[in-house]
Amino acid sequence: MSSAEATTAPEVEGSKAVTASYSQWSLIWRRFRKHKAGVVGGYVVILLYAAVFMGEFLAPHGISNRYYKVVHCPPQRIHFFSDEGFHLRPFVYGIKGSLDRRTGIKQYTEDSTKKFPIYLFSRGDSYEFYGLFETDLHLFGTGKGNPMFLLGTDRFGRDMFSRIIVGGRISLTIGLLAVTLSLTLGSVFGVISGFYGGTVDNVIQRMIELIFAFPSIPILMALSAVLPPEWPSHLVFMGIVTVLALVGWGGLAREIRGKTLSIRESDFVMAARVCGAKDGRILFRHLLPSMFSHIIVIATLAIPGFILGESTLSFLGLGIKPPMTSWGLLLSDAMNIHSLSLYPWLLIPGVCIIIAVLAFNFLGDGLRDAADPYSSR
Amino acid sequence: MTAYILRRLLHMIPTLILISMVSFVVIQAPPGDMLTSRLAELAEQGELGSDSAMQQIEALRERYGLNDPIYIQYFRWIGKIVFEGDFGQSFTYEMDVMQLLGERLGLTLTLTLSTLVFTWLVAIPIGIYSATKPYSIGDYGFTFIGFFGLATPNFLLALVIMFAQISVFEAESVGGLLSPEYIGAEWTWAKVGDLLAHIWVPVVVIGTGATASVIRIMRGNLMDVLGQQHIQTGRAKGLTETKVIMKYGVRIAINPLVSRLGLELPNLLSGAVVTGIVLGLPTAGPIFLTALTSQDMFLAGAFLLMSATFLLIGNLLADILLAWLDPRIRYE
Repeated sequence: MSSAEATTAPEVEGSKAVTASYSQWSLIWRRFRKHKAGVVGGYVVILLYAAVFMGEFLAPHGISNRYYKVVHCPPQRIHFFSDEGFHLRPFVYGIKGSLDRRTGIKQYTEDSTKKFPIYLFSRGDSYEFYGLFETDLHLFGTGKGNPMFLLGTDRFGRDMFSRIIVGGRISLTIGLLAVTLSLTLGSVFGVISGFYGGTVDNVIQRMIELIFAFPSIPILMALSAVLPPEWPSHLVFMGIVTVLALVGWGGLAREIRGKTLSIRESDFVMAARVCGAKDGRILFRHLLPSMFSHIIVIATLAIPGFILGESTLSFLGLGIKPPMTSWGLLLSDAMNIHSLSLYPWLLIPGVCIIIAVLAFNFLGDGLRDAADPYSSR
Repeated sequence: MTAYILRRLLHMIPTLILISMVSFVVIQAPPGDMLTSRLAELAEQGELGSDSAMQQIEALRERYGLNDPIYIQYFRWIGKIVFEGDFGQSFTYEMDVMQLLGERLGLTLTLTLSTLVFTWLVAIPIGIYSATKPYSIGDYGFTFIGFFGLATPNFLLALVIMFAQISVFEAESVGGLLSPEYIGAEWTWAKVGDLLAHIWVPVVVIGTGATASVIRIMRGNLMDVLGQQHIQTGRAKGLTETKVIMKYGVRIAINPLVSRLGLELPNLLSGAVVTGIVLGLPTAGPIFLTALTSQDMFLAGAFLLMSATFLLIGNLLADILLAWLDPRIRYE
């Protein structure tokens, strides 16, 4: 919410009011700022989206680049001190691998004879930035082909840190797209259902009940299995968004319907009707915009559900498919007990899921408390 | 009351019909059919194109009625289920769907219901504590844990618990419902003990999120109720604090929880499916996943249909329970 919005006073109150009047948005903003957890959640959300938006630029390695010599390498430490004392420029040591002949497991130790200083704006693997231009510039790195695996590597020797950043873009975008799509469906059906009532309402409500009759994860699984296996990964991505929205719009529609019921007898609706406004205009120019703040709250609180849904589907192998990746898909590498016990850093994408969901929950709670600026609390 | 139950049962029939249609359409929708995978198998063996292979496939297609229009297939499917209790054949396992799913489904429902009991046993005392001592350290602690419980997907919690079992407790067998030596063994007390030593993992995994939300609701409800006048009256006439809270507070605050059961059950069942897959439990979850990936339509359809039916019945029972618990509710 920008300051520009905050300073626009409501025009309906006529000319210059003597007492300072605040718009609804500025009241919401003032109350929201008092909700500490909500504000922190908001910052974390912004930070997460900024990080995943930078994507390949922030990631030091290409996400499909395989370092065969360092398969399942544990997270490396960043050093400031070496035998020679303090270095202002942080560095990582080289990696020495040795095969344990008895167990057949490769062990990695730091090779303190080799040092790789970390540079800002270093040249590394080349990538295409959102299909706009090709570059090999990364925010930080140790140079092309040199090691620096801050969160370890996976079973092909691919850098987990890079994969988590780029995978997070999919996880977080799916949340946003699915919520947009289901809000569109939910708003249209919800407001129509609440405004007209009667048979229309009945039919829409039975439809929603039918969706709720199924347990959510199994029906999501069944619907994602419908997507043809030969689809390329970007189509699968859109397919998963659609599936999540198809199952998720019912709850949103119910809330919007409830809100519509409570305001459809308001004076401003009556006024619009007296002025001769048609139903469509009343619905989409008067009712829906007046609920806008509530819709934002509902949307924020619904996003975690979509993120969790996508991660579960991808984890089970029914969601996003390679070469794309997402946090859930990354976690599927940790599914067997063997890798779980030997390579625990494969669980790190799970930490990202928890952080993202917590942040959205706190942000949503804060917005919900703030959304009704005229309430007494 | 009887009339109310009868009316509800009658209302279930159209819903069930719609559920069965949706189940069937969803299962039918993937391109190709269950014979596509068989065809690929034959192609690998180099038998594709040979007349005998094509004839074999065609014969199977005819036998399963895959050449008929979808509505005929639907009516044949639902007709057999309703009149003969026959859910068809599983193509991948080459078994009767009921035979395959029966025990596993029972185990899934047992798991779901024991988790429900677990969440209530844990969440209600904590909710009462949080409501009677709001803004205390304990209250904040539980709220904090609750937030994490709601933010952690089931499969991740399962992974974390498995990891903890291996690395911290150095458990020998992880996942499953029984240690290897007891699988297929006679039921003895040792086996029951072994089952209990395993079943807490899925119960905790499935129940954590639900526990967190029940605590939150219980806390809110009870705090509202404790502010009401009849509580004050109870205290004024000299009742002990325990009696005031338990008999006048909790008794009322618990009703909304019962009415939320209908929302809780689907989540628990979803959790049981995912957890079953991650932990490799002998429940319906892993079978359902295999059925979906191999387009075993009768198997997947039967599971969808039965789980939705179970939820419908669960909803009805919850409503009856609520009507019985809360005399203010009228079932007209």
